[in-house]
Amino acid sequence: MKDFNLKYKPFGERSILIEWPSKIEKSVLNDVLIFKNTLENSNIKGLVEVKCAYSSILMSYHGAIEDVYGEVLMLKGYYEARVAPNKSAFNLWKIPVCYEGKFGLDLQDISLAKNMTETEVVRLHSEAIYTVYFIGFLPGFLYLGGLVETLYFPRKSTPRLRVEKGAVAIGGTQTGVYPNESPGGWNVIGNSPISFFDVTKKEPCFAKPGDEIQFYAVSKSEYDDIKTLVDAGVYQMESEVIHD
Amino acid sequence: MIKVLDSGFYSTIQDLGRMDYQAYGVPYSGVMDVYSAKLANALLNNEMDAAVMEITMTGPKLLFNTVTSICITGADLSPKLNDKTVKQNYLIPVKDGDVLTFGKLNYGFRAYIAVLGGFQTENVMQSRSMYQGITKSFRLNKEDTMSITTPVFPICDTHAGLKVNTAHFISTIIEVYKGPEFDALSAVQQTQLFKQHFTVSKDNSRMAYQLNEAFNNNLKAIITSLVMPGTVQLTPSGKLIILMKDCQSTGGYPRILQLKDTSIGILSQKFIGSKFQFVLNDL
Repeated sequence: MKDFNLKYKPFGERSILIEWPSKIEKSVLNDVLIFKNTLENSNIKGLVEVKCAYSSILMSYHGAIEDVYGEVLMLKGYYEARVAPNKSAFNLWKIPVCYEGKFGLDLQDISLAKNMTETEVVRLHSEAIYTVYFIGFLPGFLYLGGLVETLYFPRKSTPRLRVEKGAVAIGGTQTGVYPNESPGGWNVIGNSPISFFDVTKKEPCFAKPGDEIQFYAVSKSEYDDIKTLVDAGVYQMESEVIHD
Repeated sequence: MIKVLDSGFYSTIQDLGRMDYQAYGVPYSGVMDVYSAKLANALLNNEMDAAVMEITMTGPKLLFNTVTSICITGADLSPKLNDKTVKQNYLIPVKDGDVLTFGKLNYGFRAYIAVLGGFQTENVMQSRSMYQGITKSFRLNKEDTMSITTPVFPICDTHAGLKVNTAHFISTIIEVYKGPEFDALSAVQQTQLFKQHFTVSKDNSRMAYQLNEAFNNNLKAIITSLVMPGTVQLTPSGKLIILMKDCQSTGGYPRILQLKDTSIGILSQKFIGSKFQFVLNDL
């Protein structure tokens, strides 16, 4: 396993930030997740939560960390001894998206600007396999990597005051799904009937960092059928275990 | 049961927040001023994390359909029970039919109302703290009702009370630690950060306090990383933003400082036009 040169920084009185080289890359993500998994299974005293982003981990403790130096030394030891979890712990989720009609608000703008047909934009968007890097911004918002460069499209200069729950959108070099209604500046190309955040569940998000997402196009009537099942709480998500 | 006859400017139910759901993008939430909220619960002998009502700038009008005891701490909003002035930071016995109102804001910005046993509102993800998309409602509205536990023996010892530390409301010192990107600032910028006085802007909420003064910035954005309440971000236009309890879990602006926990409470009692200075508290 390749060792990265990590930086450990106290962040306020109750947290330690661990930083990888500042890159959005799968090799960095994999190492972040391996270390995160090790830390979560190490029974570290006073630890509340281990959070991760593209190239960092934040360790939050219950109270003030008395000996930051000692704590960092211990964390470094855990990094040396980290063990990769089984790859099959991760899933590929198949997400239905309706790109039609009123759902694809900005689809025409993108296809005109790119000199592509709308069908071509949808094909490119649903062909790719996206990696979940972390969850942030809004409850249940997945930061996805893997948008094909030909679909990069700048955020709207004036954000919409209201983007619908389930909106699938492109913002700059990223794509994502709005888990709830919210203001937002990304270009909306479709809508997914799937619920990305459920407060009633112990694990409120089905996907976790390291999982993969693939979108597939559905018609409006298929969308409505799935939505009915989702609302009734009986929809079975399609997924498969990721193998190397 | 307690009924909201008028909600005031911005009133919510809060406890100490949601501790371990950040990884799902859920904000911590919880009381902005932990010191005042804990004081209110302590005077009632409640659990420290019992849910309290956080009120902002102007108070609500509440009808009590129950016998209980309450305690009001934090900002002084001239509380009155049935039109008679009641003391802050003291135990107040309440009877069925009593009406609690507030008046002029004398000091501070946020007050806390604790009831015996705590407000028994909806508990979502191990917290009663209100937040949009998590709890059914993100703030209290007129006609809302809240249940509380009816005490067998309501406490009537109105002598239970104490003097609060007034520095908490008038201090102009906000203690900070270096943030992860502090060292990327130039020596001149670092000196300026601790020499200059900063002012709370009109954009201040449970999510963030933006400051008026522009701060010369040449730092590049970072790739989205982790933030928390008390993180001071420096935007590309040179605005300083101090994240508060309802902040997002991640952000892309350089994090130049991190407030000490107690300073988050001190800042939360400040409002538009309040001035303060950052003081470095090295770890």
